[in-house]
Amino acid sequence: MASQVITITSGKGGVGKTTATANLGIALAQRGRRVVCLDADIGLRNLDVVMGLENRIVYDLVDVIEQRAHLRQALIQDKRLPELFLLPAAQTREKTAINETQMRALCAQLKTEFDFILVDSPAGIEHGFKNALAPADQVLVVVTPEVSSVRDADRIIGLVEATEKPAPQLILNRMQPTLIKRGEMLDIADVLEILAIELIGIVPEDETIITSANRGQPAVLLDHSAAGAAFIRIARRLLGEQVPFGALEEPSLLARLANFFRR
Amino acid sequence: MFSRLLGRSAPSAQVAKQRLQLVLVQDRTSISAETLNLLKDEIIAVIARYIEIDQEHVQVSIAPNNAGHQLVASIPVRSSRRERPLTPRANGAPPAA
Repeated sequence: MASQVITITSGKGGVGKTTATANLGIALAQRGRRVVCLDADIGLRNLDVVMGLENRIVYDLVDVIEQRAHLRQALIQDKRLPELFLLPAAQTREKTAINETQMRALCAQLKTEFDFILVDSPAGIEHGFKNALAPADQVLVVVTPEVSSVRDADRIIGLVEATEKPAPQLILNRMQPTLIKRGEMLDIADVLEILAIELIGIVPEDETIITSANRGQPAVLLDHSAAGAAFIRIARRLLGEQVPFGALEEPSLLARLANFFRR
Repeated sequence: MFSRLLGRSAPSAQVAKQRLQLVLVQDRTSISAETLNLLKDEIIAVIARYIEIDQEHVQVSIAPNNAGHQLVASIPVRSSRRERPLTPRANGAPPAA
């Protein structure tokens, strides 16, 4: 499979872009792919803490683009998974420190060494988002079943569709089966009908996302995380496997699946 | 408006979906509810010069269709000010796209 730049975006902040990027990166690396997670949120970097790699940063994305460091010096190898790397964002710079051409060039360089380049996009639709979108071969839109998130996702989808890129795919995050059953949360079908794009995964609301972020151990690394299992399914779909979409399975079943696929 | 139509007990997911569908039409077409109201007033004024219409029940909206979006106006006709051949309709003329 040719190497791919996958940009994870959402429009609205706080819906799970960074969590999705970290978990998909780990799930793909567990399956033997060389993966780099690239934090494009310059000035508000977070992918490093979610992945638990914050203490190992020496150089960042902007250092590489401004040629103060070689790419190899800035890439942080994950000790848990030697196939996984992080390219951190600069924390004390602005989004305008880099442009779309530089992002495309950087990702072209990364493509020579990695199977997957996962770009964690900043929230919003401005400069930072455009930088994250520019190098993308594929776009994943993260949405939670809330009016504000779906509205912003619709805007993002429109912006992606205005480019030459393939249609984005949807990650439905933080779904709560009990609320959906009571008719108090937008259902999978509702969101898909409104946004009219292809679904690539459904991730249940899961407290292990919070506890794993606390520890810098993304949920995919845990044995009993329903959300982690959901991200593994998405990673397998990215690898071209046909993984059936259940309805929102009970967490216990998802956890069992997670264990099964780990073997 | 919808909460009233559906009654207070409407499940909030249904309300969310309807609100989203309305707001997304405005977002996607860059036509605000206010613009649509102005348009409606002008359509009423123009049509009313020729045909007697039930102005209270005119509806102008933008609805998604296969190819994108469609401006749909539903204009109930009371009777024609002209003689014939305009046939009055009881319940709304066909949508003018």
